[in-house]
Amino acid sequence: MKAELLARLQAAQAAKQPVALVTRLTDGLQLLWPQDEAPAPLVEAARTALQEDAAQNVDYEGAAWFIHPHNPPLRLIIVGAVHIAQALVPMAQPLGFAVTVVDPRRAWATADRFPGITLIHEWTDDAMAALAPDSRTAVVTLTHDPKLDDPALDVSLKSAAFYIGALGSRRTHAKRVARLTEMGHGAEALARIKSPVGLDIEAVTAAEIGLSIIAEIVAVRRGAALGTRARQPVAA
Amino acid sequence: MSETSEDILATAAAWRAAGEEVALATVVQTWGSSPRPPGSRLAMTASGKLAGSVSGGCIEGAVADAAKQTMASGTPQVLDFGVTDERAWEVGLACGGKVKVFVEKLA
Repeated sequence: MKAELLARLQAAQAAKQPVALVTRLTDGLQLLWPQDEAPAPLVEAARTALQEDAAQNVDYEGAAWFIHPHNPPLRLIIVGAVHIAQALVPMAQPLGFAVTVVDPRRAWATADRFPGITLIHEWTDDAMAALAPDSRTAVVTLTHDPKLDDPALDVSLKSAAFYIGALGSRRTHAKRVARLTEMGHGAEALARIKSPVGLDIEAVTAAEIGLSIIAEIVAVRRGAALGTRARQPVAA
Repeated sequence: MSETSEDILATAAAWRAAGEEVALATVVQTWGSSPRPPGSRLAMTASGKLAGSVSGGCIEGAVADAAKQTMASGTPQVLDFGVTDERAWEVGLACGGKVKVFVEKLA
């Protein structure tokens, strides 16, 4: 790889632009798509690679080509700058998540408690609308306060977020479902919310709850059975 | 230390900026069970620094040897490791899978 191409690849990553690194394996010739022009079959493979976030191998004009997608990082939006959020952040980062913490309560969302993390102090509906969750975004609400959690969930349910989780007991969640139903969300949409949040590992401490949440997010992302297992019915 | 794809590239770029000879190895194809998927990277220097991985640790030594040749010659290589390859026994691809690795110099 030429240093110049690596610099362009890094610039694209810094700008959160999806790019595919296209390599002819026979001699190491490389280009970056869509910045560089490429023959149609390679463009097609580059598109697929980025869409599916999966590398592709292509034979083109008698040579093997490797198409290596470089998508922007997955995003994790945590609503609630609480103790569990402090435990969750350092677990999510090495798993490739760019983490944002949303909490209008400035006493909680401080740089001391969340060093190096993007903190947003706006009200949660405005914050979430601006963040615009997409299919590479996970959202988890941890404030336990309907005034803060509900607006964030409302925006998330209208988005393509691949994971939506909400902290709270089954009883709390049943009340939450009732409120969100009044806001116009149907049963199918509400079934997207993982609550009680996290894989059932009998988590007790903040770190254990953080672990159960991030494990559930990975399970959903990878399509594991654990991530979609049937939940116990919600108690009335 | 976290080692996402972005971090490994940044590490490789920093090594080169510091005047090191750098090679990148990338998993391009796998068959059967193998611990690291296509796209996984290992960055190496001629002085022996390593970042990232292309396997669970079983082929990194052989990849590093090939990378030294590539750093010297500038010519990229495609390496095949698998149970049908004699070299697999040598380096012990215990998982029983096959993996193809592309090695290039950061020039």
